[in-house]
Amino acid sequence: MTREYLVATFEEPGALVDAVTRIRAHGFKIYDVYTPCPVHGLDEAMGLRRSRLGYVTFAAGAAGLVAALAFQFYCAVFDWTLNVGGKPDNSTLAFIPITFELTILAAGLATAKAFLARSGLLPGVTAKLAAPGVTDDTFAIALRWRATVFDTGEARRVLRESGATQITQTEMDL
Amino acid sequence: MSSPARVLDVDPRHAVAPRRWITERLALSEITDDVARPLNTWPSLGWFGAFAVAFTALGIGAACVTYEIATGIGTWGLNRTVGWAFDITNFVFWIGIGHAGTLISAILLLFRQQWRTSINRSAEAMTIFAVMCAAMFPLIHMGRPWLAYFVVPYPNSRGPLWVNFRSPLLWDVFAINTYLTISLVFWYVGMIPDFATLRDRAHGIRKRIYAALCLGWNGSYRTWARYETASLILAGLATPLVLSVHSIVSMDFAVSILPGWHTTIFPPYFVAGAVYSGFGMVLTLLILTRSLMHLERYITIRHLDAMAKVTLLTGSIVGFSYATEIFTAWFNGSIYEKAMFYNRATGPYAWAFWTMVSCNALAPQVLWSRRVRTSPAALFVLSILVNLGMWLERFVIIVTSLHRSYLPSSWVMYRPTFIEVGTLLGSFGLFFTCFLLFIRLLPMIAMWEIKAGASHD
Repeated sequence: MTREYLVATFEEPGALVDAVTRIRAHGFKIYDVYTPCPVHGLDEAMGLRRSRLGYVTFAAGAAGLVAALAFQFYCAVFDWTLNVGGKPDNSTLAFIPITFELTILAAGLATAKAFLARSGLLPGVTAKLAAPGVTDDTFAIALRWRATVFDTGEARRVLRESGATQITQTEMDL
Repeated sequence: MSSPARVLDVDPRHAVAPRRWITERLALSEITDDVARPLNTWPSLGWFGAFAVAFTALGIGAACVTYEIATGIGTWGLNRTVGWAFDITNFVFWIGIGHAGTLISAILLLFRQQWRTSINRSAEAMTIFAVMCAAMFPLIHMGRPWLAYFVVPYPNSRGPLWVNFRSPLLWDVFAINTYLTISLVFWYVGMIPDFATLRDRAHGIRKRIYAALCLGWNGSYRTWARYETASLILAGLATPLVLSVHSIVSMDFAVSILPGWHTTIFPPYFVAGAVYSGFGMVLTLLILTRSLMHLERYITIRHLDAMAKVTLLTGSIVGFSYATEIFTAWFNGSIYEKAMFYNRATGPYAWAFWTMVSCNALAPQVLWSRRVRTSPAALFVLSILVNLGMWLERFVIIVTSLHRSYLPSSWVMYRPTFIEVGTLLGSFGLFFTCFLLFIRLLPMIAMWEIKAGASHD
């Protein structure tokens, strides 16, 4: 959906973190920040919540563990018992290595999938760049412009004072 | 000099300056240019030469494997006593090579080692290619590889007769496949931001390929924050995984009753050996590529120094394991164990045993010297010795244990045939062909990680 944004670009990550801190202190809500690499201290400055991906990992790992153990138990004890060197049908300890591998496999694949899905990184998605060069060497802050609650002059002033190289107000689909 | 009041202003997290691994100060766009350059320019003569050699080796290997599959396992030098030899040696060797990649990308990430950022991408690629080479050997050893799907537990019309979940050989199937899958995921997820960078500077068909590969990455910091969490979780999963893979490979041997195999030290000993051989291969590859691709600014002498230290540590663990094995053979009182070690050190394969000891236990000790650790030429020679020594280690463990065990009437010698040597050559061909294509088609240095390090300063 096309909306109106105020986009400020920066050349230095330090200035970017500074600007994010100041613009939030002035009561503006940040739509998003665009950077070519992770920036030290930006998570705190933006006030991002801790990612909940770990819960997905744990749930998928637990599911993988139970499924792997149950499947081996079903095959070796119920469905078709095989006497291998007189070992018990339910050789639980010998089932552990495969259980471990499948736990890791389920947890890893689920984590990657959950990350991609939650971030909207899906096949066929076309990227919308906030400013040219945000995947190369430019850092950008995007504020969503709303006529009723937005003092454009004030926002521009704070951004410029923080060292923004360019500030533009454009309609785009971010 | 700063006054005391000034000192208090300093954020304690930054009080100690982090060590700089890349000595030059680089602009962020310069990093993009440097890493993306090989992807846009015509390859050098050196690259073409290396590719021709690798591709020829691959061709020889393909011909040998085709002949072997068409004719049968009888084309190899295996016999009733020595049922595992070159094939399984190559399998364990290649799996081991892969381990350094995961160590660099996952374990060093958890330890927050900055130096990994220049080499992690190529080390991960090396892991994937090495696991591909490794997986080929059990497959062709089956003799009838078109029935390879029998190792998968699926509801079949034979009962269903399930696979034997108690067998380490089946554990291997799951370990190797999980390792390959998770390594691929880790590698691909790590490249997504770089694909976006390349997309934004490419044109035409290349732009469309990179755009498809980057899944719509736009540098959003909300995504970056999640991305870092995902990377840490994947690293946390890959770390126990890599330790489990070579432990399980070692159990292929350790759970048998054969003297020389039946020993509890195998899992840690194999893991240390794997990392040692893997770092040998990383050194071989990176010393070549840094000069071939002119990446000396990114893969510096300091990186080589750090890798040499890991090689020294793991090589010493391997040497210590040899000593432990010999001590145990003497101390446990089993005449078979003792006879096996006596045969290893003085029997017909003694040349392999002593070459192995020289390459793995003695040669890395020169790395105590800083001059050796910072000399690419010396490290290159040493890395070749490490590769040779570690390949021989697996040969010694497998063949010398099998060829003379409990029954003297079954004692035989094993000699590889031309087909086996050709297959080994072919696996090297496959590995280097893949690696040479990788450095031309994909960003071989993680641009975003280098940028994160550079923008910290």
